[in-house]
Amino acid sequence: MSTEIVAAAHLDALTDEALTIVREVATECENPVLLFSGGKDSAVLLHLAVLAFAPARLPFPVMHVDTGHNFPEVIEYRDRLVAEWGVRLVVASVQRSIDSGRAVEDAGPRASRNRLQSVTLLDALAEHGFDAAFGGGRRDEDKARAKERILSFRDRQGRWDPRAQRPEPWALLNPRIRKGEHLRAFPLSNWTELDIWQYIARHQVPLPNIYFSHTRTVVERDGMLLSVGGPVALEPHEQAFDELVRYRTVGDASCTGAVRSTATTIDDVLAEVAAARITERGATRADDTFSESAMEDRKREGYF
Amino acid sequence: MSTTAIAARSTLRIATAGSVDDGKSTLIGRLLHDTKTVFEDQLKAVEKASRRYGDGETNLALLTDGLRAEREQGITIDVAHRYFATPARSFIVADTPGHAQYTRNMVTGASTSDVAIVLVDARHGVVDQTRRHALIASLLGVEAIVVAVNKMDLVGWSEDEFLRIASDVRTFVGALPQQLPVTAIPMSALLGDNVVDGSRHMPWYVGLPLLELLEQFDATPSALPGARVHVQRVIRPQGGPQADFRGYAGVVAAGTLSAGDAVTVLPSGRTTTVAAVHRWGAVVPAADSGHAVVVQLADDIDVARGDVLVVSHASVPPVVTEDIVADLCWMIDQPLVVGSRHWFKHGTRSGHAVVTAIEHRYDLVSPDHEPATELVLNDIGRVHLRLGTPIVADVYAHHAEGGRLILIDAATNTTAGAAMIVSATATSTAPS
Repeated sequence: MSTEIVAAAHLDALTDEALTIVREVATECENPVLLFSGGKDSAVLLHLAVLAFAPARLPFPVMHVDTGHNFPEVIEYRDRLVAEWGVRLVVASVQRSIDSGRAVEDAGPRASRNRLQSVTLLDALAEHGFDAAFGGGRRDEDKARAKERILSFRDRQGRWDPRAQRPEPWALLNPRIRKGEHLRAFPLSNWTELDIWQYIARHQVPLPNIYFSHTRTVVERDGMLLSVGGPVALEPHEQAFDELVRYRTVGDASCTGAVRSTATTIDDVLAEVAAARITERGATRADDTFSESAMEDRKREGYF
Repeated sequence: MSTTAIAARSTLRIATAGSVDDGKSTLIGRLLHDTKTVFEDQLKAVEKASRRYGDGETNLALLTDGLRAEREQGITIDVAHRYFATPARSFIVADTPGHAQYTRNMVTGASTSDVAIVLVDARHGVVDQTRRHALIASLLGVEAIVVAVNKMDLVGWSEDEFLRIASDVRTFVGALPQQLPVTAIPMSALLGDNVVDGSRHMPWYVGLPLLELLEQFDATPSALPGARVHVQRVIRPQGGPQADFRGYAGVVAAGTLSAGDAVTVLPSGRTTTVAAVHRWGAVVPAADSGHAVVVQLADDIDVARGDVLVVSHASVPPVVTEDIVADLCWMIDQPLVVGSRHWFKHGTRSGHAVVTAIEHRYDLVSPDHEPATELVLNDIGRVHLRLGTPIVADVYAHHAEGGRLILIDAATNTTAGAAMIVSATATSTAPS
């Protein structure tokens, strides 16, 4: 088999696996929701989920946990996509959690709302009675994620206990929970960043245009290029400059970095990802470089 | 056992197992590192952590030991999944912990794997853990065992030591009820000998290094018993241009399903033909094992979640049963005894299960077994189950997807056991 055929067959198998997980959880759970950030992983997940039930409509809504620190292009993309695909959108607002005193915002020029999302997410799951939340998390993203199950059980406080995870023999998923508990379901667990881009190329999945090369005014901070304006203010001695960049991940604008890139098409990006020597989180997420257990600690508190 | 039985597989699923300190995480770290799967920032983080934990050189094990407690204690607690690809193939690795008390994790890792890599420390040779892992791999039906005789540098690269260990493993595996091929490789994961590249220290070894072996591995494809689909969900658009559409979502197993195939719906026994097969929202002429499909039937008959569509020309048809005998791995603290009641899930069917007998418990470090009145955490034994609702079952060794089920603890909802059907008694039900 040629390398291309091998890669395509691998992607097909991942696609069938993910579709099957989405169907199984949606059928066994009473009130699922799909977490949609507007990023590439959640775009692929939503695309897959729509295919899983065709020609019927997607039998559950999608939810965006909105930090208020958004890239405007992403919000515009989100609204366009849900309208086009006929999907119901729920927005959970971090600003509302702050205003109501449920979450306390960090102070200072480098404050990020990333961590606060856990509070908003858990509150919204409870408010709407969602018992399962699909996420686009992948095991290759982080070493704590590598240990996570496809169905990740959360207790009544929304906490993840990595030492008390349910075994997952074969593909026999066990989504049983008690009232007040919930599940996170990760159908893309076995995908890598490259698989995601191959799926996007194969199915021409629409993405926010910030995933492709464009000129942006940025500042270099801790080795990361942050977009100036909005939540990111220049500190003394920092200098803004224009650069040709694209984003490898899309998250809270205060802590998501851009990478220098001239990739303007999906194929350009695929070539770039295949040659990348830095992980997408290492290159673009200030929040995960704080400590080697940053992700594990956030996940224990209820993070995505 | 893998769901894909095609001759040339694009993806190989691997489980790795070994005792504590056999160097399993180091081996996986080496595979990831030498296939250029490790990114620069990951390597930097590992170098930093190695210094903090006082390791002399960069400890590649820290690439896979992801949880805080694992790094602090220098052990692997939970199954970790790792991914790497070469131009020949993509690999999914389930890295399973070495301690005896984590048998359930080894079972979980082996359940989805084509090949098991069992690590042996060349200084210690075959130990109880080696035998336990080989036995579990064989029970779970992996297609081959690769014995990685590691730390050869610490036994002076001795061919005699290697041959002795390889022969010990072959003797043990040869005595197991389920036969499976064994390949042994002498290596040093720490120094990289025979992992990705060959070894200049062991010119006497003429076999392939591990990665090449995995790239080339293919089992003889076994005869498929005939396509079947466990129905996950009924797809009905309820309005819109396709309001009359009615299809059955599920995964094809054990063969090819084509439009025009005659099928039997079990357990009801009604027959009809496949009107159309859809995959990913589009009509396809046929679908193979592993494909996620929606099946439209020619006749409007009653089909619900949990039912199974079986091609009528199946060479080995499944049986409809409420009474099964199974090898069961027990995964929770509360012991399993005769009379224990649990939920079961088989395919897409769930219901009550009660334990009616415990035949024996496997010794696990020998092919022997002993009478038992209970199974405790990490035991594997042979049990009889009576199910509250009939399932459409196969013998696990013939067709894994139809022969496996999980037990779920009714009080906590946690997954309590993994069972492989050894035999099933057909329930006599009159087709309604």
